[in-house]
Amino acid sequence: MTQTLAEPVQVATARSVRLIYFAWVRERVGLSEEEVALPASAETVLDVVRWLKTRDEGYAAAFADEKLIRAALDRVHAKPGTRLGNAREIAFFPPMTGG
Amino acid sequence: MVPDIPRDSVVGTDVITPTIRIQRENFDLATEVAALSAGRRDIGAVVSFTGLCRDEGGTLRALELEHYPGMAEAEIARVAIEAATRWPLTGLTAIHRFGLVEPGEQIVLVIATSTHRRAAFEAADFMMDYLKTRAPFWKREHLADGTTGGWVEAKQEDDDAALRWS
Repeated sequence: MTQTLAEPVQVATARSVRLIYFAWVRERVGLSEEEVALPASAETVLDVVRWLKTRDEGYAAAFADEKLIRAALDRVHAKPGTRLGNAREIAFFPPMTGG
Repeated sequence: MVPDIPRDSVVGTDVITPTIRIQRENFDLATEVAALSAGRRDIGAVVSFTGLCRDEGGTLRALELEHYPGMAEAEIARVAIEAATRWPLTGLTAIHRFGLVEPGEQIVLVIATSTHRRAAFEAADFMMDYLKTRAPFWKREHLADGTTGGWVEAKQEDDDAALRWS
Protein backbone atom coordinates (compact mmCIF):
# COMPACT_ATOMS: atom_id res chain seq x y z
CA MET A 1 0.00 0.00 0.00
CA THR A 2 1.25 3.43 -0.88
CA GLN A 3 1.86 5.60 2.14
CA THR A 4 1.02 9.24 1.66
CA LEU A 5 3.85 11.47 2.69
CA ALA A 6 3.40 14.84 4.31
CA GLU A 7 3.09 17.77 1.95
CA PRO A 8 6.56 18.74 0.79
CA VAL A 9 8.09 22.03 1.80
CA GLN A 10 7.97 24.46 -1.10
CA VAL A 11 11.37 24.81 -2.68
CA ALA A 12 12.71 27.26 -5.19
CA THR A 13 13.06 24.83 -8.09
CA ALA A 14 10.36 25.06 -10.72
CA ARG A 15 9.92 21.31 -11.07
CA SER A 16 9.60 19.67 -7.68
CA VAL A 17 7.24 16.75 -8.22
CA ARG A 18 6.04 13.63 -6.48
CA LEU A 19 6.77 10.42 -8.36
CA ILE A 20 4.65 7.36 -7.59
CA TYR A 21 5.35 3.80 -8.74
CA PHE A 22 3.12 0.74 -8.93
CA ALA A 23 3.42 -3.03 -9.36
CA TRP A 24 6.73 -4.21 -10.88
CA VAL A 25 7.85 -0.65 -11.57
CA ARG A 26 7.60 -0.02 -7.80
CA GLU A 27 9.47 -3.26 -7.02
CA ARG A 28 12.32 -2.56 -9.41
CA VAL A 29 12.72 1.07 -8.33
CA GLY A 30 12.52 -0.02 -4.70
CA LEU A 31 10.23 2.84 -3.65
CA SER A 32 6.48 3.52 -3.58
CA GLU A 33 6.95 7.22 -4.03
CA GLU A 34 9.45 10.04 -3.73
CA GLU A 35 9.83 13.78 -4.12
CA VAL A 36 12.31 14.80 -6.78
CA ALA A 37 13.57 17.96 -8.41
CA LEU A 38 13.32 17.30 -12.13
CA PRO A 39 15.98 18.71 -14.42
CA ALA A 40 14.77 21.77 -16.30
CA SER A 41 15.30 19.85 -19.55
CA ALA A 42 12.49 17.39 -18.66
CA GLU A 43 9.46 18.64 -20.56
CA THR A 44 7.52 15.46 -21.35
CA VAL A 45 6.64 12.16 -19.71
CA LEU A 46 9.26 10.42 -21.86
CA ASP A 47 11.90 12.94 -20.77
CA VAL A 48 11.24 11.95 -17.15
CA VAL A 49 11.49 8.24 -17.98
CA ARG A 50 14.84 8.76 -19.72
CA TRP A 51 16.17 10.86 -16.85
CA LEU A 52 15.08 8.27 -14.27
CA LYS A 53 16.86 5.49 -16.20
CA THR A 54 20.15 7.24 -15.57
CA ARG A 55 19.74 7.36 -11.78
CA ASP A 56 20.75 3.80 -10.86
CA GLU A 57 20.38 0.12 -11.78
CA GLY A 58 16.95 -0.22 -10.20
CA TYR A 59 15.51 2.62 -12.23
CA ALA A 60 17.30 1.34 -15.32
CA ALA A 61 15.65 -2.07 -14.84
CA ALA A 62 12.21 -0.57 -14.14
CA PHE A 63 12.24 1.65 -17.21
CA ALA A 64 14.30 -0.54 -19.56
CA ASP A 65 11.36 -1.27 -21.86
CA GLU A 66 9.86 2.16 -22.51
CA LYS A 67 6.97 0.69 -24.49
CA LEU A 68 5.74 -1.16 -21.37
CA ILE A 69 5.64 1.94 -19.19
CA ARG A 70 2.34 3.71 -18.60
CA ALA A 71 2.07 7.09 -16.89
CA ALA A 72 -0.41 9.45 -15.31
CA LEU A 73 -0.07 13.18 -14.67
CA ASP A 74 -2.03 14.31 -11.64
CA ARG A 75 -4.03 11.06 -11.80
CA VAL A 76 -5.01 11.31 -15.47
CA HIS A 77 -3.53 8.96 -18.10
CA ALA A 78 -0.75 10.54 -20.16
CA LYS A 79 1.20 9.54 -23.26
CA PRO A 80 5.01 9.55 -23.60
CA GLY A 81 4.87 12.84 -25.48
CA THR A 82 2.47 14.54 -23.06
CA ARG A 83 3.97 17.73 -21.67
CA LEU A 84 4.32 17.89 -17.91
CA GLY A 85 2.76 21.31 -17.57
CA ASN A 86 2.16 22.08 -13.91
CA ALA A 87 1.70 18.45 -12.88
CA ARG A 88 2.56 17.84 -9.21
CA GLU A 89 2.17 14.06 -9.22
CA ILE A 90 3.59 11.75 -11.88
CA ALA A 91 2.81 8.04 -11.64
CA PHE A 92 4.56 5.26 -13.55
CA PHE A 93 3.19 1.74 -13.84
CA PRO A 94 2.92 -1.35 -16.09
CA PRO A 95 -0.04 -1.93 -18.43
CA MET A 96 -3.13 -2.31 -16.26
CA THR A 97 -4.63 -5.72 -15.47
CA GLY A 98 -7.81 -4.95 -13.53
CA GLY A 99 -11.32 -6.15 -14.24
CA MET B 1 -13.12 12.04 -5.76
CA VAL B 2 -16.59 11.61 -7.17
CA PRO B 3 -19.29 13.05 -4.96
CA ASP B 4 -22.26 10.88 -4.11
CA ILE B 5 -25.24 12.68 -5.56
CA PRO B 6 -28.69 11.54 -4.37
CA ARG B 7 -30.31 9.27 -6.92
CA ASP B 8 -33.56 11.25 -6.91
CA SER B 9 -31.70 14.11 -8.56
CA VAL B 10 -31.53 11.99 -11.73
CA VAL B 11 -34.53 12.97 -13.83
CA GLY B 12 -35.62 13.22 -17.44
CA THR B 13 -32.87 13.25 -20.03
CA ASP B 14 -30.11 14.34 -17.68
CA VAL B 15 -27.00 12.17 -17.76
CA ILE B 16 -27.10 9.95 -14.70
CA THR B 17 -24.58 10.01 -11.87
CA PRO B 18 -22.83 6.62 -11.78
CA THR B 19 -22.08 4.89 -8.49
CA ILE B 20 -18.38 3.96 -8.30
CA ARG B 21 -16.78 2.13 -5.40
CA ILE B 22 -13.24 0.85 -4.85
CA GLN B 23 -13.21 -1.42 -1.82
CA ARG B 24 -11.44 -4.26 -0.08
CA GLU B 25 -14.63 -6.00 1.05
CA ASN B 26 -16.95 -8.18 -1.02
CA PHE B 27 -20.16 -6.88 -2.63
CA ASP B 28 -23.66 -8.26 -3.13
CA LEU B 29 -25.23 -8.21 -6.59
CA ALA B 30 -28.84 -8.25 -5.38
CA THR B 31 -28.23 -5.34 -3.01
CA GLU B 32 -26.64 -3.28 -5.77
CA VAL B 33 -29.43 -4.04 -8.27
CA ALA B 34 -32.02 -3.11 -5.66
CA ALA B 35 -30.24 0.21 -5.07
CA LEU B 36 -30.54 1.03 -8.79
CA SER B 37 -34.18 -0.03 -9.15
CA ALA B 38 -35.74 0.93 -5.81
CA GLY B 39 -38.78 3.15 -6.23
CA ARG B 40 -38.54 3.30 -10.01
CA ARG B 41 -41.06 2.12 -12.61
CA ASP B 42 -39.23 3.25 -15.76
CA ILE B 43 -36.47 0.61 -15.88
CA GLY B 44 -36.95 -2.14 -18.46
CA ALA B 45 -33.54 -3.78 -18.41
CA VAL B 46 -30.87 -4.62 -15.84
CA VAL B 47 -27.60 -6.08 -17.18
CA SER B 48 -24.83 -7.07 -14.78
CA PHE B 49 -21.35 -8.50 -15.15
CA THR B 50 -19.50 -10.07 -12.23
CA GLY B 51 -15.84 -10.99 -12.60
CA LEU B 52 -14.57 -13.80 -10.37
CA CYS B 53 -11.12 -15.05 -9.44
CA ARG B 54 -10.28 -18.36 -11.20
CA ASP B 55 -8.06 -21.04 -9.65
CA GLU B 56 -6.21 -21.58 -12.97
CA GLY B 57 -6.52 -25.35 -12.84
CA GLY B 58 -5.77 -25.53 -9.14
CA THR B 59 -2.43 -23.69 -9.36
CA LEU B 60 -3.62 -20.35 -7.94
CA ARG B 61 -4.13 -19.69 -4.23
CA ALA B 62 -5.10 -16.01 -4.54
CA LEU B 63 -4.83 -12.89 -6.62
CA GLU B 64 -3.40 -9.75 -5.04
CA LEU B 65 -4.90 -6.60 -6.53
CA GLU B 66 -2.81 -3.45 -6.22
CA HIS B 67 -4.39 -0.14 -7.20
CA TYR B 68 -3.66 3.58 -7.42
CA PRO B 69 -5.94 4.89 -4.69
CA GLY B 70 -5.91 8.49 -5.85
CA MET B 71 -6.78 7.63 -9.44
CA ALA B 72 -8.81 4.40 -9.60
CA GLU B 73 -12.18 5.87 -8.62
CA ALA B 74 -11.71 8.98 -10.75
CA GLU B 75 -10.69 6.97 -13.83
CA ILE B 76 -13.60 4.52 -13.55
CA ALA B 77 -15.90 7.51 -13.09
CA ARG B 78 -14.56 9.02 -16.33
CA VAL B 79 -15.31 5.76 -18.17
CA ALA B 80 -18.76 5.55 -16.55
CA ILE B 81 -19.67 9.08 -17.53
CA GLU B 82 -18.61 8.29 -21.09
CA ALA B 83 -20.91 5.24 -21.05
CA ALA B 84 -23.77 7.28 -19.63
CA THR B 85 -23.27 9.83 -22.37
CA ARG B 86 -23.22 7.23 -25.16
CA TRP B 87 -26.24 5.17 -24.05
CA PRO B 88 -29.59 6.23 -22.55
CA LEU B 89 -29.05 4.66 -19.13
CA THR B 90 -31.19 5.00 -16.03
CA GLY B 91 -28.42 3.78 -13.76
CA LEU B 92 -24.82 2.56 -13.70
CA THR B 93 -22.79 0.98 -10.91
CA ALA B 94 -19.17 -0.17 -10.96
CA ILE B 95 -17.43 -1.78 -7.99
CA HIS B 96 -13.82 -2.99 -8.05
CA ARG B 97 -12.12 -4.75 -5.17
CA PHE B 98 -8.48 -4.53 -4.12
CA GLY B 99 -6.36 -6.63 -1.79
CA LEU B 100 -6.24 -10.42 -1.67
CA VAL B 101 -9.00 -12.28 -3.51
CA GLU B 102 -9.25 -16.08 -3.52
CA PRO B 103 -10.54 -18.36 -6.30
CA GLY B 104 -14.33 -18.31 -6.41
CA GLU B 105 -14.52 -14.83 -4.91
CA GLN B 106 -15.84 -11.78 -6.74
CA ILE B 107 -13.45 -9.10 -8.05
CA VAL B 108 -15.48 -6.68 -10.11
CA LEU B 109 -19.13 -5.76 -10.70
CA VAL B 110 -20.74 -3.63 -13.39
CA ILE B 111 -24.50 -3.03 -13.56
CA ALA B 112 -26.17 -0.98 -16.27
CA THR B 113 -29.90 -0.27 -16.28
CA SER B 114 -31.97 1.24 -19.04
CA THR B 115 -35.45 1.46 -20.47
CA HIS B 116 -34.52 -1.14 -23.10
CA ARG B 117 -32.07 -4.03 -23.12
CA ARG B 118 -29.71 -3.05 -25.95
CA ALA B 119 -28.37 0.05 -24.20
CA ALA B 120 -27.88 -1.86 -20.94
CA PHE B 121 -26.03 -4.77 -22.64
CA GLU B 122 -23.74 -2.49 -24.62
CA ALA B 123 -22.97 -0.10 -21.77
CA ALA B 124 -22.01 -2.98 -19.44
CA ASP B 125 -19.79 -4.49 -22.15
CA PHE B 126 -18.14 -1.11 -22.82
CA MET B 127 -17.55 -0.55 -19.10
CA MET B 128 -15.75 -3.86 -18.70
CA ASP B 129 -13.58 -3.38 -21.79
CA TYR B 130 -12.41 0.00 -20.52
CA LEU B 131 -12.06 -1.07 -16.90
CA LYS B 132 -9.53 -3.66 -18.06
CA THR B 133 -7.40 -1.26 -20.06
CA ARG B 134 -7.78 2.07 -18.19
CA ALA B 135 -8.51 1.42 -14.52
CA PRO B 136 -5.22 1.53 -12.55
CA PHE B 137 -5.23 -1.97 -11.05
CA TRP B 138 -2.53 -4.64 -11.23
CA LYS B 139 -2.89 -8.33 -10.40
CA ARG B 140 -0.18 -10.48 -8.86
CA GLU B 141 -0.50 -14.24 -8.48
CA HIS B 142 -0.05 -16.11 -5.22
CA LEU B 143 0.42 -19.74 -6.11
CA ALA B 144 -1.00 -22.88 -4.49
CA ASP B 145 2.52 -24.13 -3.70
CA GLY B 146 3.00 -21.17 -1.35
CA THR B 147 5.21 -19.07 -3.60
CA THR B 148 4.44 -15.64 -4.96
CA GLY B 149 4.08 -15.78 -8.71
CA GLY B 150 4.57 -12.95 -11.14
CA TRP B 151 2.49 -9.96 -12.10
CA VAL B 152 -0.28 -10.83 -14.53
CA GLU B 153 0.59 -9.51 -17.98
CA ALA B 154 -1.85 -7.33 -19.88
CA LYS B 155 -3.47 -9.12 -22.83
CA GLN B 156 -3.46 -7.79 -26.36
CA GLU B 157 -7.03 -9.07 -26.75
CA ASP B 158 -8.14 -6.69 -24.00
CA ASP B 159 -6.65 -3.72 -25.85
CA ASP B 160 -8.32 -4.95 -29.05
CA ALA B 161 -11.67 -5.30 -27.26
CA ALA B 162 -11.50 -1.70 -26.02
CA LEU B 163 -10.75 -0.49 -29.55
CA ARG B 164 -14.10 -1.86 -30.74
CA TRP B 165 -15.80 1.15 -29.16
CA SER B 166 -13.72 3.93 -30.69
